[in-house]
Amino acid sequence: MSGGTHLENANPVIFQRTGERLQTATEEDEDFHDPIDDREIFDMIRSINDPEHPLSLEELNVVEQIRVKVNDAESIVGIEFTPTIPHCSMATLIGLSIKVKLLRSLPNRFKIDVHITPGTHASEDAVNKQLADKERVAAALENSSLLEVVNQCLSTKSS
Amino acid sequence: MAADSTLLLSLVEEYVSGLQDSKAKDTATGIKDGQFTILQLVEALGLSLTSSQPHTRARGVQLLSEVLQECHEGLTEGEVEVLIAFFENRLKDHYVITPPVLQGLRALTKCTVLPPGSAVSMLRSLFQDVHVQSLMLTERSCVYKMLINLMESREAELKGLGADFVFGFLQSMDGERDPRNLLLAFQIANNIIHRGYDLGKFAEELFEVTSCYFPIDFTPPPNDPHGISKEELVQMLRNVLTGTPKFAEFLLPLIIEKLDSDVLSAKLDSLQTLTACVSQYEHKDLAEFLEGLWASLRREVFQTSSEKIESAGLDALTAITSCLSRSVLNSDSEDSLCTFLDLVLRDCKHHLSEPDLKLVWPSAKLLQAACSASNRASHIITAAVMPSLLEQYDNRTQCSHRRTILEVVQRFVQSVKTSQSAEKEESVFVAFRPSLCTMVFSALNENNSSLQKTATSVLTSLAQQPGLLLDSDIELAVDHLTKLLLAEEDEGVSLAVVECAGALAELYPEAFITKLIPRLKMEMFSDPIDQDNNRAVSEHQSHHAVCKRCLSALAAVSTQARIVHESTPVLLEVLSSAHTGSVGFSVDQVVLACRSLQRIAEKVQDTEETGRCFHDLVIPRLLSLSLQAALQGEESSGHRSPLLEESVLSAMVPVISTSCSRLQPALAEQTALKAVSLFLNGDVSSLPNNSFPSHIQLLKQQGDSWSQSQLVCLLMGCVCSLPRSVEVPQVEQLLSELEEMSCTCTHPLSYTSAAKCFAGLINKRPQGEDLDRLIQRTMKRVYTELDSASSSACTQAFTLLVWVAKALLLRYHPLSTTLTDKLFSLLDNADLGPMAAESFSLLMSDTTDLLNRGCHADVRIMYRQRFFSENSAKLVQGFNAAPQEKKTNYLKALSNIVNNLPKQVQISELPRLLSLLLEALSCPDQAVQLSTLSCLEPVLADPLPALIQQLEALINRLIALNSSPAMSVRIASLRCIHAVSHFPEHEILPFRARVLRALARPLDDKKRLVRTEAVRARGEWFLLGSPGGR
Repeated sequence: MSGGTHLENANPVIFQRTGERLQTATEEDEDFHDPIDDREIFDMIRSINDPEHPLSLEELNVVEQIRVKVNDAESIVGIEFTPTIPHCSMATLIGLSIKVKLLRSLPNRFKIDVHITPGTHASEDAVNKQLADKERVAAALENSSLLEVVNQCLSTKSS
Repeated sequence: MAADSTLLLSLVEEYVSGLQDSKAKDTATGIKDGQFTILQLVEALGLSLTSSQPHTRARGVQLLSEVLQECHEGLTEGEVEVLIAFFENRLKDHYVITPPVLQGLRALTKCTVLPPGSAVSMLRSLFQDVHVQSLMLTERSCVYKMLINLMESREAELKGLGADFVFGFLQSMDGERDPRNLLLAFQIANNIIHRGYDLGKFAEELFEVTSCYFPIDFTPPPNDPHGISKEELVQMLRNVLTGTPKFAEFLLPLIIEKLDSDVLSAKLDSLQTLTACVSQYEHKDLAEFLEGLWASLRREVFQTSSEKIESAGLDALTAITSCLSRSVLNSDSEDSLCTFLDLVLRDCKHHLSEPDLKLVWPSAKLLQAACSASNRASHIITAAVMPSLLEQYDNRTQCSHRRTILEVVQRFVQSVKTSQSAEKEESVFVAFRPSLCTMVFSALNENNSSLQKTATSVLTSLAQQPGLLLDSDIELAVDHLTKLLLAEEDEGVSLAVVECAGALAELYPEAFITKLIPRLKMEMFSDPIDQDNNRAVSEHQSHHAVCKRCLSALAAVSTQARIVHESTPVLLEVLSSAHTGSVGFSVDQVVLACRSLQRIAEKVQDTEETGRCFHDLVIPRLLSLSLQAALQGEESSGHRSPLLEESVLSAMVPVISTSCSRLQPALAEQTALKAVSLFLNGDVSSLPNNSFPSHIQLLKQQGDSWSQSQLVCLLMGCVCSLPRSVEVPQVEQLLSELEEMSCTCTHPLSYTSAAKCFAGLINKRPQGEDLDRLIQRTMKRVYTELDSASSSACTQAFTLLVWVAKALLLRYHPLSTTLTDKLFSLLDNADLGPMAAESFSLLMSDTTDLLNRGCHADVRIMYRQRFFSENSAKLVQGFNAAPQEKKTNYLKALSNIVNNLPKQVQISELPRLLSLLLEALSCPDQAVQLSTLSCLEPVLADPLPALIQQLEALINRLIALNSSPAMSVRIASLRCIHAVSHFPEHEILPFRARVLRALARPLDDKKRLVRTEAVRARGEWFLLGSPGGR
């Protein structure tokens, strides 16, 4: 953030944050089984910090609830994310952050698929391939400087 | 005399050759006592001072210096002159002699009889013969202290030295490294600047020598005995650098340079220094740097990563703008304010037309910061931005864009508010008034809740601009607000509308009295069911919601006596028509009407007028209505009055207690008199609508009927909240009837209220034998009831015991201990044990309706701590001695007590109780688990050593609770695990793998609320010990 560096997209469009999920009566009922739904997954990833701006992925519209699909019974999660500009160099990093966040937050029965919203990034296929490759994700997280950036995206802002 | 001189010689001998430092003190005492003189000392020192050994000479001078430090006050001018000449001469001697010489000189600078000219000569030889920076730390500090002393006493002489003095000082401090000495040096520099010393041609040098420390980067070593903080150094240096406009040409480029730094604290310091310095400057000092400063400020605000930097940047912009606004314009010079604001507008204005992009807010903030600096600046900026904002509002169609624009406009209105002074100038926004009003009203009509909410706050800000809105605007605004109140379903919007109405009513009461209140009244009293029987239930519900909003709006607008006079009759009418059944108000609505009365009593100004309104109108009417309802209840006619309900009575109590405690003590006394004679003697003469029978006895339960006995809670509201200066009439008789009632009555609300009323009165009774006797008599009765196993009045007696115990505990009454001991002993009781455990929560928590400071009760500070420290041992003992099945009661009592302690006390007491609390975590009772967890969670925020020692046990038990069948326990235990993740990393890292494994299971919990907590906790534990994490 120093004077010399220039951001790729200094003046991005900002979207409104959704409010906290409203609690329903069934959620407070001890006996009712709440299924894992789209909104719950979205709540996990919407507050991830953008690597460049002091803003969340939700505020930049990188993630949206309609692009989150979950099937609790079959243990499948599918997420599409949209980089702010087609040449965004941070796309892989953002995808990795989302993936790591879900790996840490979901029961391990889930199969997690994270990819770019079709047609929104120049090197869409390459990024998707990297994110789908378990070995490469694991290797990336062995790299401590990469892990450091991912952890910074995932850390909750100290108030 | 001969004896004295030998004594002196031997002292000198022992000091100089014998190296006994304590002899200096003895010598000084001798001189002070008049045993010998300074002259004699110098004579006695003769040999040592002329010795060929430098160390001996040094030792001799040191003795003289140390003696002078003690007795410089007794010297004559002649002596001082000679001594100064001697010391000055010694400065040229061997270097080992310099330190004691400097000490001696410093002692002499403190003399009041310093001969004229000596200060100058001292400094001349000092600057000439000594190279300060090659001295040791203490000697350097000695030089600075000399300078400070002389600046205090010989300012005129030093100024006579001219720039030489500054030059000498610069040479002395150039290269100083120790923070202690820097503080002294900065103080001297500060004196030089602020006391008008001649800087001559050394201004730049002085700046160079001091500014090289900017920005200060200093971390005091741990356990620093000198207690120098970074803030202190920063502040001292800032005072020097910002002290004079002569530094402007050097300081401003330096600040621009340092703003490029990556270190946050350096940026912050630079911005704060900038804000400080421009307050001294004139526009010509700033002129050539404006562009550079603006570029830096803009960058910091546009790309900020920290809110602190942003707000410091905005402050700096405000400071610069107000500095430029102060400048006096010449006809030939350009207007630097205009030039500067042109720059700001050029870079920011266009961002305002992109309301969905990130930079709209930083730009708005910058413009507003400039706008708030001065009247002239706000005229220039609003003239430039408001037309385009207003135009955009009309052109934009998306609600989110319009809302952003409205919010920006509101900030502008507010930023101008702060800058306007008392002088009667026309508001900056006068020119935009019509279009602003149109915009706000159209936004209020919009079908978007966030837009409407923003519009209400803009309206509030506009109304607060003195003299901006016309009466016609206000009337229109009130119309719009009324319409929204009646029609708007969204909770958030109605809340905002009510708030806005409250703010406006304070400024423009007239419009609310003539328009809003009559309209609301009409609306509430129109009964939808009467109009059309076919209308559905939903219609009825919406009428209910309208009533609710009307009631809260009535409370919100009643901030002034005039409005209160109009609004309280409406509320009372709601109560009376609910009672008669003429309009179908539900119990909820009646409760809300009482709440509104209470809110008015809390908020309104305590004047004679409002006091009369409550004591002469509201309270008698409440009493009369509830008495009518109680009497009617017995007749059991078809309509059951809502005023018989417990919830309604409980809502009336705070209306009465707030008015009696807050409004007009003299009137409250009369109210109490009327209430007591009503309850004790059945005197109904003070009540309005008087058609009551003359034989009522409210404090006696008649058969099973509770409708009259429960009215005692209203009596409680009145007599328990009186100021302590007000005497309660017939108090003896009242107490005994209350005692009787609380022990014998069978209706819970009645006997509890009687017990509370009794306790509330006891709490305020003067200390003495009367009181002791009364308590002992009552307690005897209570104990008898409690001890007789078959007693039917056991619960009643217990309730009275708890409330009296609380009343006495609050005021530190000596008898409170026997009562609380009784409660402790009841923990073992088979029937009352659980109740006793619960009662500690009542004992330790604040009650809202009586026995608090608002009700003028006698509440000593820290009574909780005192109770806890006196009784925790008993509790632990009782726990250990109790049989297994009773232990739960003790744990529950403990967690009830600890939960209510202030956090500071919890932390200090935790080590002693930790094992018991951990025990409580493994106790099978879910209520105990939950209350222990809720007591642990805040304590876990500060990792205490005691907790760290027990970390293993703590984490094990918390993890075990993750699989509790109760959802709330699982949630609370996960929150605690989350809190533990903030302990020092090296302590908890060993548990990381185990906790992560354990937390995998609740991720798949069947309850979403549990999963959410698990996700949060697991995320934090993952970050632990990982790069970039924590």
